[in-house]
Amino acid sequence: MSEQPQLIVPRRANSPANSPLAPAEGKLRVPDAPPTPHSPIPIPHSPIPTPNSQLPTPRSPSETYSAVHLSAVGLHKHYRKGSLDIPVLTGVDLEVRQGEFLAIVGQSGCGKSTLLHLLGTLDAPTAGEVHFSGRRIDNLPATLRERLRNEQFGMIFQFYHLLPELTMLENVLTPLMIGRSTWSYWRGRSQSVQRAKELLNTLGLGHRLKHRPRELSGGEMQRVAIARALIARPQVLLADEPTGNLDQNTGLEILRILRTLNAEHGLSIVMVTHDAAIAAKADRIVRLAGGQVVVPDVE
Amino acid sequence: MYKPLLCWRYLRTRYIALASIISVMLGVATMIVVNAVMAGFSHEMEDRMHGILSDVVLEGHGMENIEDPQFVMDNIRLVAGKQIAGMTPTVHVPGILSYGPPGQEHEQQIMFIGIDEATYASVSDFSKYLQHPDNRNQLSFQLRESGYDVRDHQMGDKAPLRIGMEQAGWKWRRIMAQRQKAWTKVQPQEPGVGNQGAGGNDQGSGVRGQGSGESQADDLSSDHPAKTQADSAAPAANAAAKDPFGPQPVEQLDPAKKQWPGVVLGIALASVRDHDGNDRFLLLPGDDVNITVPTAGTQIKRQDWKFTVVDFYESKMSEYDSTFVFVPIKELQAMRGIGSNVTAIQIKLQPGVDPDTVRDELRSKFPPELYGVYTWRDKQGALLAAVQMERAVLNILLFMIIAVAGFGILAIFFMIVVEKTRDVGILKSLGASSRGIMGIFLGYGLSLGIVGAGVGLAIGLLFVQNINQIRDALEWVTGQPVFDPTIYYFYEIPTIIDPFTVTWIVVGALSIAVMASVLPALRAARLHPVEALRYE
Repeated sequence: MSEQPQLIVPRRANSPANSPLAPAEGKLRVPDAPPTPHSPIPIPHSPIPTPNSQLPTPRSPSETYSAVHLSAVGLHKHYRKGSLDIPVLTGVDLEVRQGEFLAIVGQSGCGKSTLLHLLGTLDAPTAGEVHFSGRRIDNLPATLRERLRNEQFGMIFQFYHLLPELTMLENVLTPLMIGRSTWSYWRGRSQSVQRAKELLNTLGLGHRLKHRPRELSGGEMQRVAIARALIARPQVLLADEPTGNLDQNTGLEILRILRTLNAEHGLSIVMVTHDAAIAAKADRIVRLAGGQVVVPDVE
Repeated sequence: MYKPLLCWRYLRTRYIALASIISVMLGVATMIVVNAVMAGFSHEMEDRMHGILSDVVLEGHGMENIEDPQFVMDNIRLVAGKQIAGMTPTVHVPGILSYGPPGQEHEQQIMFIGIDEATYASVSDFSKYLQHPDNRNQLSFQLRESGYDVRDHQMGDKAPLRIGMEQAGWKWRRIMAQRQKAWTKVQPQEPGVGNQGAGGNDQGSGVRGQGSGESQADDLSSDHPAKTQADSAAPAANAAAKDPFGPQPVEQLDPAKKQWPGVVLGIALASVRDHDGNDRFLLLPGDDVNITVPTAGTQIKRQDWKFTVVDFYESKMSEYDSTFVFVPIKELQAMRGIGSNVTAIQIKLQPGVDPDTVRDELRSKFPPELYGVYTWRDKQGALLAAVQMERAVLNILLFMIIAVAGFGILAIFFMIVVEKTRDVGILKSLGASSRGIMGIFLGYGLSLGIVGAGVGLAIGLLFVQNINQIRDALEWVTGQPVFDPTIYYFYEIPTIIDPFTVTWIVVGALSIAVMASVLPALRAARLHPVEALRYE
């Protein structure tokens, strides 16, 4: 735990930020990285797009990214079912650069989600390594991986995965409750609540703070899930089919939010989808098939 | 922070958990009630046992082997004078009590205890149980004029009226003497029959013919239509006569003016309790009884004596109330012909003194070949131990109830963990540790336990507080006596709430609730986040 103290920053005090979405500075010591792109401009108050509204255009692949933020090196993942060995990933190499919006596409069952779980340290690879900001993270002790998930990664799921017993506000605050001790949470509670409210406001949900997930529509739930993923000011957003359960317009709206986050706050985003149209909105597309990256860098 | 929040939300939204709360609640409430009642009973019992027994008894082996009680008492004072509050010698002799008209004698084997009326009250609570208020202050073996309690004074106003007691005393004695006189006038004397007993017959009934005794009650009832209920219930009380065949001390006295030596009977010897809890008296203070004891000496002979009932005592230990008969020690010594010998020295200790230490001190000084020293607990050891044992076994059994509730929690928790599998996955994906997940479910178990035990505690205490009203209601609904006063000798269910016991019950229930949630919590903690997220 103590051999890599520089990886995990000390718990943040609630530093006053220009914008509720502004990433915290100096979280990680990234040796070669220039300062993260930082935008003081907050997200527009109402991000709900009209059908004709323009999505921010993807950056061209030629645009260079300063540093590798998250990477997979020769990732293998096998599942064991009795004596049967089921290979899901057979040597995946992948790099996500700082501030990049990457889409992973592939057919159902090709291992997209598994790859995402491995990147997010939710699962351990059978072989291979996962690196985050130049450090290997797949073999870290459980407590460090938990803190990594809590503080550096935000996760969004196809089925939103909100806790049904909690209100919207509480759902959004959950990562902070998990990451802090009861005492420090209570000390910073009003600031946290303030931030969660602002986040939900910017996502257009300011009026539904006390509602339970079952009282919301799919798009609203996904926006709450995004707010929850952002509350701890993560560096990487891992999205597992974030639009898979939504109609086209709502899906595009979610995607617009992701693009805005990526563009304005330099959030690195890895999105898994089977929908080529959705994937096209990303900076770069990686196709998975047969447990490997078949066409790195489409186009 | 998320742990208490989720515990609280789960508690409020998972109604299935109510089942386990209720089972914990019932277990806790039952244990509290049963313990309170059992503690009440055993305390009451100890109280009553102790009431009639002194703290420490020094007795000679055999019937009355302490030859010089004053000498022994002086020595006792020498050994443990500072711890002793009072002492009195007693004589214990088994014998037979009889009363009733000839041919219908009511005979009972009893234990005569000769007491010193001046000092006996100082060593035990004996006088507290007497029926005449003045006797409770200072016992006298002289019959009182009247004023005996018409209700059980230990119970207060709730106790039923004791019919007949309002006449007890000299008043009753004079009524009886008058009736007897009238009876002898009506009944022509048959020469040659019953002459033998006529000499000592205070109320004249001994002169009746052999066959007339059976019809006497009916005759009397028709002769005196205004008689009280007690009379018809207890025809024997109308004429206390002696055995016409036994050797009689030839004495005569006018029953309306004089009395025989006084005797205090256990109330159960003189009355029966009917099924409504009312006492029906066969004898009243003022009536005469016959006492038969063996004489001391090499040739044991029976000795019959007449005594006049001057009071009853009611310790509410039915064993005592139906065996002990107290007479003046001098009378008993004279009857037995034992001079000033006594059976035992009763010792009352200063408050706070441990009877065991005094007993051991006395045992070391008095040769065991001559004297045995016992505390009142030693004397009733078997019974007390049996009660203790009963209580322990009952507690174990009842704790099993809570353990069963624990298994209920276990099963329900497994269900809840399965239901919450995806939540566990979500929390883990958000960075919650396995220990944190375990904490949620352990905390959930604890809060179920707290709610269940808390409500159970409240219900149990309320139940205990209102146990007699609940009994009445149950009796009213079922029409069956739930708590039969004829058996237990008290009208209300005694209860004692021991805070220590209650604390232990609650702590035990809480720990069972937590222990039952350990397995499901472990299972939740070990869930793989990815599999948990995929769970539908």
